[in-house]
Amino acid sequence: MAAKTLTIDGKQISAEEGATILQASEEASVKIPTLCHLDGVYDVGACRLCLVEVTGVPKLLPACTTKVAEGMDIKTDSERLRKYRRMILELLFAERNHVCAVCVSNGHCELQMLAYSNGMDHVRYEYTFPKWSLDTTHNLFGMDHNRCVLCTRCVRVCWHIEAAGTKNVAGRGGKSRIITDLNMPWGEADSCTSCGKCVQACPTGALFHKGSTVGEMERDRSKLEFIVTAREKQQWISAD
Amino acid sequence: MSFLDLDEFLIELAGAVDLVYSPVVDVKEYPENVDVCLIEGAVCNEDNLAILHKIRARTKVLISFGDCAVTGNVPAMRNQLGLDNAKNVLQCAYIENAQNNPNVPKADGIVPQLLEWVLPVHEVVHVEYYLPGCPPPADRIKAVLGQMLSGVEPKLEGANLKFG
Repeated sequence: MAAKTLTIDGKQISAEEGATILQASEEASVKIPTLCHLDGVYDVGACRLCLVEVTGVPKLLPACTTKVAEGMDIKTDSERLRKYRRMILELLFAERNHVCAVCVSNGHCELQMLAYSNGMDHVRYEYTFPKWSLDTTHNLFGMDHNRCVLCTRCVRVCWHIEAAGTKNVAGRGGKSRIITDLNMPWGEADSCTSCGKCVQACPTGALFHKGSTVGEMERDRSKLEFIVTAREKQQWISAD
Repeated sequence: MSFLDLDEFLIELAGAVDLVYSPVVDVKEYPENVDVCLIEGAVCNEDNLAILHKIRARTKVLISFGDCAVTGNVPAMRNQLGLDNAKNVLQCAYIENAQNNPNVPKADGIVPQLLEWVLPVHEVVHVEYYLPGCPPPADRIKAVLGQMLSGVEPKLEGANLKFG
């Protein structure tokens, strides 16, 4: 495949044609914050945290779904980007009920980590305190909609890696939510194979192993990558 | 309690500041012309609201101290029950689950009325700085107080801003 040469944060790099800006930046050791991106599954550009500036393009572009092009000049860090990233994080916190102090993922949460590494010391928007439910009908796993950021990682691993298609998104706007099968309790969703990939994929405490308490929910994302590598490259090797 | 984890720094701090008001000092009235106030807890009842306005009017620098003050945290979880939440939580705690004398405590001027909606401090009054954490670890408190004492604008970064 043809190589493209481009500039990321002043660094001259080359990337394979068809690679995304995110992939190219990883190879150039430039860190772009991500939330809905998960190694091993396709990207959807849902969270907008990986927005970057591209010279000559007035709008900001998501690094995870934008393909590299010859001569692109990309900036991954600027006053404008920091402003929007913090805004996105604050809106995520205001949209649902994220109570870190009593969350199973406290200390291992990607949302929490993104918030402090992007300098979020408080949320400037009014908290909405919506009423969401908790589904604990599955015998192994639970789902707490209060902590969901709608990244759809669970939906993508369920369809793309496990190919069960149990998890879906229903509703619109602020009422969007993750459902199992035809909006039935998880415990009654026949298509679920109880593989637990969605639980491994979740960046927050929305999906958890039943019985885990505050701060106990740790995940192993490399398991998902391992399966994808095995299937696509016929190599049974772990990422590291 | 986390404040007490400052250990020997408390002695250094006591030498550098005049402690004029706290829930554990004898002073009943919040004084005038206070330089810095660490304010903890979410704004839950009429009493909280009244003292918060008084503190703001009489203080130069307000620091929102701990997750309850910064985010509403656990006390604000009753907001999820909607606009009748204050009535519902009292009903649940004092009537439905009462073993003896089911009765919602009510005594004007003694038991403050719950607000309809629990709020973080900065949604009620202007706050200069934020010190999150549940509880904020002692070294985080020390970092902010140390910066203030040496006349530097307090600034927390990275994991020092972690909620929870």
